Amino acid sequence: MLEIRNLVVKIADEDKQILNGLNLTVNDGEVAAIMGPNGSGKSTLSYVIAGKEDYEVLDGEILLNGENVLEMEADARAAAGIFLAFQYPLEIPGVATMTFLKAAMNAQRRARGEAELLTPDFIKAVNGAADKLGIAKDMLRRPLNVGFSGGEKKRMEILQMALLAPSMCILDETDSGLDIDALRIVADGVNALRDKNRGFLVITHYQRLLDHIIPDTVHVMSQGRIVKTGGKELALELEKSGYAAYVEAA
Amino acid sequence: MSVVTPLKTAAEQALSAQFAAAKAELPGALPVRKLREDAFAGFELKGLPHRRLETWRYTDLRALLREARPLAVTAAVTDAVRARLSALVLDGIRLVLVDGVFVPELSTLESLPDGLNVHSLADALVSGREDIARVLSGPGVADADAGLMLNTALMRDGVFIEIAAGTELSHPVAIVSLASGEEERAIFHRSVVLAGHGVQATIVEISESAGPAASQINGAIVFETGDESDVQHLRMVTRHAPETVQVQSLLATVGAQANFESFALVCEAGTLRQQYFVRYAGEHTTIGLRGVNLLGGSEHSDVTLVMDHEVPHGTSREMFKSIIGGEGTGVFQGKVIVRQYAQKTDGNMKSNALLLNDGATMFNKPELEIFADDVVCGHGATVAQIDGEQLFYLMARGLPRPQAEALVLLAFAGEAVEFVQDETLRALVMAEIEAWLGKREASSVVSAI
Repeated sequence: MLEIRNLVVKIADEDKQILNGLNLTVNDGEVAAIMGPNGSGKSTLSYVIAGKEDYEVLDGEILLNGENVLEMEADARAAAGIFLAFQYPLEIPGVATMTFLKAAMNAQRRARGEAELLTPDFIKAVNGAADKLGIAKDMLRRPLNVGFSGGEKKRMEILQMALLAPSMCILDETDSGLDIDALRIVADGVNALRDKNRGFLVITHYQRLLDHIIPDTVHVMSQGRIVKTGGKELALELEKSGYAAYVEAA
Repeated sequence: MSVVTPLKTAAEQALSAQFAAAKAELPGALPVRKLREDAFAGFELKGLPHRRLETWRYTDLRALLREARPLAVTAAVTDAVRARLSALVLDGIRLVLVDGVFVPELSTLESLPDGLNVHSLADALVSGREDIARVLSGPGVADADAGLMLNTALMRDGVFIEIAAGTELSHPVAIVSLASGEEERAIFHRSVVLAGHGVQATIVEISESAGPAASQINGAIVFETGDESDVQHLRMVTRHAPETVQVQSLLATVGAQANFESFALVCEAGTLRQQYFVRYAGEHTTIGLRGVNLLGGSEHSDVTLVMDHEVPHGTSREMFKSIIGGEGTGVFQGKVIVRQYAQKTDGNMKSNALLLNDGATMFNKPELEIFADDVVCGHGATVAQIDGEQLFYLMARGLPRPQAEALVLLAFAGEAVEFVQDETLRALVMAEIEAWLGKREASSVVSAI
């Protein structure tokens, strides 16, 4: 379970405050969507949860299963179960995708005091997960995300999510840059990972993604806080009426 | 205009005395003696290279060499030397220099393949071969360099390798140059590789120190490669005491429709100046110079190169990657000369550095001197820090910071290492880089605790 209480955040080197007392709870097994206009702080929220250093938390706390993660570095948060699917996954030239996947899986296992994966088990796990997402073997041999299309990068994010088996998944604008077929593959991948022990926070501009990943709850974010919470029908309402009413309300 | 005669430094005076005392016993037939005399006279006029010379601006050898160590005269084959040689993972033919002196007993000379001929440089210098002066001199752009003059004057030994036309060597030939590191000595060595028409060969140069004493090393290697040859060169300068001061010169004259590629790995090399003087002697030739510099402590690595395109249709590729921590200093000075008739020259030069902390420094100075009007030449020099976005991405997947950094750094260096064609050698280079990064990773874990 993810609980965010009164989170106030500014950009580290600037006086610009982005999150202004944000409260949010995502229960195990719940798929929560956050919608909001550009500049409302959605991506900042995802980065702050994952532990990016460019921000300064002025107040509040982020609890994962009751434990405050704000003191942890990004790698420790990952090992604790937080996974951020990036809006723009980074290209890492020179690092083979397989090398990276193995390093990530084993680093998390080590951090949790588990034994490292044996190579045959690792390869089996990757191949199984890659098949489901339609990821070709050739892609796994290439340097991580280098020269991948937008759709391939997003599929690679979901592959990582499947392999690392986090308890709290944050999807930052996962639908951006995807055509409808790629969107369906990615959504199917996410839906396959839905589990009573796993929470999802799906950040998006558009209703479109939520046709494929049906949320349990929908939150509207504006000017750095949650201004309305409802069921999945709220997303449809927003699609019709736009965000204007909420921007004013905030 | 007044003529200023600078005072000689203590080291310069000592070098003059050493040359006067040693010139009678240094090996060489008459033409070689003349070459030595001329070179030393040239050196005496110039003195040790210093920062007011544009080509030595960032590596002030005059300031660095406060004292000239006694010349190494014989090979000190110590237990440490033997231990290092037996630990060395290297297939193929080994030619071993200890303290700059060729040691046949430690070398594998008994089963040289057909077409490969090896002598000591000392033997070649006294052999009376008529082309010796030309062979030793290399490209004209090297003539004015005082570091090389000193090498010419004082070179004691090395290996002289001749590869007959048409020979394809299936294994690398390694020149393993160990400083015994027993006492602080000055080592002057030079090796020559003459590769005939159509030769395919890989030459490895290892420069290491077996003991703790800091040496002053002035080494040179001269390549003369024939038309349609493909010669690969790998140099690894590692395991030296931090106070070591080295100049390593590479001179290459490359024939037509040929390929010559050199890669240099530098780590734990103390203060090192690598200088390349390369001449295109024939058309449609491709030359690549690449390298990785891993610096920490107060280490200093200078890569200065001159590519002289005299003829049309030459291709040159330079790529140097530097990772600099501590108070380390990296220098890259790359000059590509395209002479008037060298049309259709295709040149691309890159120097990329990553600085790991505030104390690290990199000087980049790419230069293009183009006198032809139909050429494609470019250069790029960057100095940056580890990309924070990449680092965050890797950490967000669970990699601890030191491991994430090591992965990014390995990938950064790997881009240049990819060009080492021999798979075994490429793995050897990567293993050295990983070991260096591993040490760094381990020490950063300690400091984090």
